[in-house]
Amino acid sequence: MPVLSYIEAVTQALDEEMSRDENVFVLGEDVGKRGGVFQATKGLYDKYGENRVIDTPLAESAIAGVGIGAAMYGMRPVAEMQFSDFMLPAANQIISEAAKTRYRSNNDWSVPMTIRAPFGGGVHGGLYHSQSMEAIFANVPGLKIVIPSTPYDVKGLLKASIRDNDPVIFFEHKRAYRLIKGEVPVDDYTIPLGKADVKRDGTDVTVITYGLMVHYAMQAADKLAVEGISTHILDLRTVYPLDKEAIIDAARKTGKVLLLTEDTKEGSVISEAAAIIAENCLFDLDAPIRRLAAPDAPAMPYAGPLEQAFMVKPEQVENEIRDLAEF
Amino acid sequence: MIKAKSGDTLVKNRHQNLGLSDEVVLSMYESMLKARRVDERLWLLNRAGKIPFVVSCQGQEAAQVGAAFGLNREKDYVAPYYRDFGFVFAWGMTVKEMMLNNFAKAEDPSSAGRQMPGHFSYRKLRMLSHSSPVTTQNPHAVGIALAAKIKGDDLVSFVDFGEGSSNQGDFHEAANFAAVHKLPVIFMCENNQYAISVGLKHQLACAHVSDRAVGYGMFGKSFDGNDPLAAYAAVKEAADRAHRGEGPTLLEANCYRLMPHTSDDNDMTYRTKQEVDEAKKHDGVLTFAAYLRSVGVLTEEREKQMEDQVRKEIDEATDYAENAPFADPDSVLRYVYEEKN
Repeated sequence: MPVLSYIEAVTQALDEEMSRDENVFVLGEDVGKRGGVFQATKGLYDKYGENRVIDTPLAESAIAGVGIGAAMYGMRPVAEMQFSDFMLPAANQIISEAAKTRYRSNNDWSVPMTIRAPFGGGVHGGLYHSQSMEAIFANVPGLKIVIPSTPYDVKGLLKASIRDNDPVIFFEHKRAYRLIKGEVPVDDYTIPLGKADVKRDGTDVTVITYGLMVHYAMQAADKLAVEGISTHILDLRTVYPLDKEAIIDAARKTGKVLLLTEDTKEGSVISEAAAIIAENCLFDLDAPIRRLAAPDAPAMPYAGPLEQAFMVKPEQVENEIRDLAEF
Repeated sequence: MIKAKSGDTLVKNRHQNLGLSDEVVLSMYESMLKARRVDERLWLLNRAGKIPFVVSCQGQEAAQVGAAFGLNREKDYVAPYYRDFGFVFAWGMTVKEMMLNNFAKAEDPSSAGRQMPGHFSYRKLRMLSHSSPVTTQNPHAVGIALAAKIKGDDLVSFVDFGEGSSNQGDFHEAANFAAVHKLPVIFMCENNQYAISVGLKHQLACAHVSDRAVGYGMFGKSFDGNDPLAAYAAVKEAADRAHRGEGPTLLEANCYRLMPHTSDDNDMTYRTKQEVDEAKKHDGVLTFAAYLRSVGVLTEEREKQMEDQVRKEIDEATDYAENAPFADPDSVLRYVYEEKN
């Protein structure tokens, strides 16, 4: 099976979907000739032409809003937000329009659009190229928010997002783009949205997380296995709406839960996971729920030591799991 | 930039010069009259406590109806805004559907009572759904045009909005996108002189909304919004340009909002009765009727017949809508996402 990087899996999924369905097209800043600032759309402009790989003016609300209109016409636009930090000018189009069009028209209109956006820190991106934006959109019924952790999941989830008949925000971890590699089948497959995935089976401590933090948890689990600590890891994959059943099952599995995100803590996606566990698993817990997240400061600073101080670190993950195991 | 002269002296058979038959202009007038009479009825229903809210079209019917007639009503896509009663009637919405919308009943085709009145939507009629934060529909209209261009479909995408809305970022982003990609979009601003209480001079510093067109590299034109024939001609010309691949057009219909912003507004807190009375002299519904009479198209008999017919239709629609059921409260959970069976 071929080994692809995380971003190569993005490109492959886009290519296959554009080839499969002529209604799929890409729009965004620098997605055309340049192939995207991260090269996620590399080669698509040459293969599909400027009519289906569209360099837009620098205007995020228009990228989302024009995508919505095209989706209402029956297309399947894949809009790229160059960085998730730049999505906020489009927030009204996403929250007031895309998310509510089916509902407000009583199912007459729908918006089958995917918005791809690189997110996450640890890349010397400073305040506005490092943020995790999922929590801002994770209180908006009508939206689906997908965050893959592996190249295999990237391909299957992106294809499923494009084929979905509702708006999907697809956050790609920019540090994972070239760091994370993995086997990706050449064949056409999709992974259902809304379903979490057990990435590692264990018995002592459960870690519930998503995105790059899945890899931090996996590394910590490897180290802790040597110490005899068995870690169960649930990758949320879709962070809105959450897979409640999988969260409850994972919490019950070990009775000790670490919720992990690189987003700032208060009001984060894992806080909702904590509420689900508290509502459903009180008598299954053997330790208080723990949350490991970035501090409640506005965003990740640029200077190396400050960025380090802000970002969740692998050893913190390891220590938290060990603490819970020893509780 | 070319500007239409407003207040031209009416000439005989102006509509014939535009290629419009007597029956077509009578049909235009009928849509205008329907919009006006429905609006008047809605205020009565509101003041009688039967409906909670009215957002009014009065003073803008001429521009709305003329615009709709300038488009291809079998093919084009439209994104009207919440005052566009005249437009949606000319586009095929019925009085019954309008009343169901205002009574927020289950059969309301726009949203089954989910949205406030006037938030028109009708996929069957290629009429986009829109929201209350204004001007969000402009990029959607551009997206329709972009999709049509990708698919090779020859159509025009038309969007309406107010002059206050023309200050929003989405107005600018949509106009710029459409112009850069030379898309077949008609942006029509219904300049009714007021954004709730704030008058034109506190909304824009240029003389006309259409002056902004030059900044986008697109064609712009203002016209007398009290004259449906001027609206028809301007929209027809813009549609012709779009079909020829010459890109988008920004139109401005100069109107006057004759009623308060909504049934919850008191316009006498920010403008005078004299100002409103003066505007009423130029009311498009009255001046167009006078024109049609002067050219012998609207006879006394025809006018009475039309008024009677509209009144009957409104009476029946009101009764129907008032007695129609609301959507089932359990339906509040429906259609958040696609429902797969």
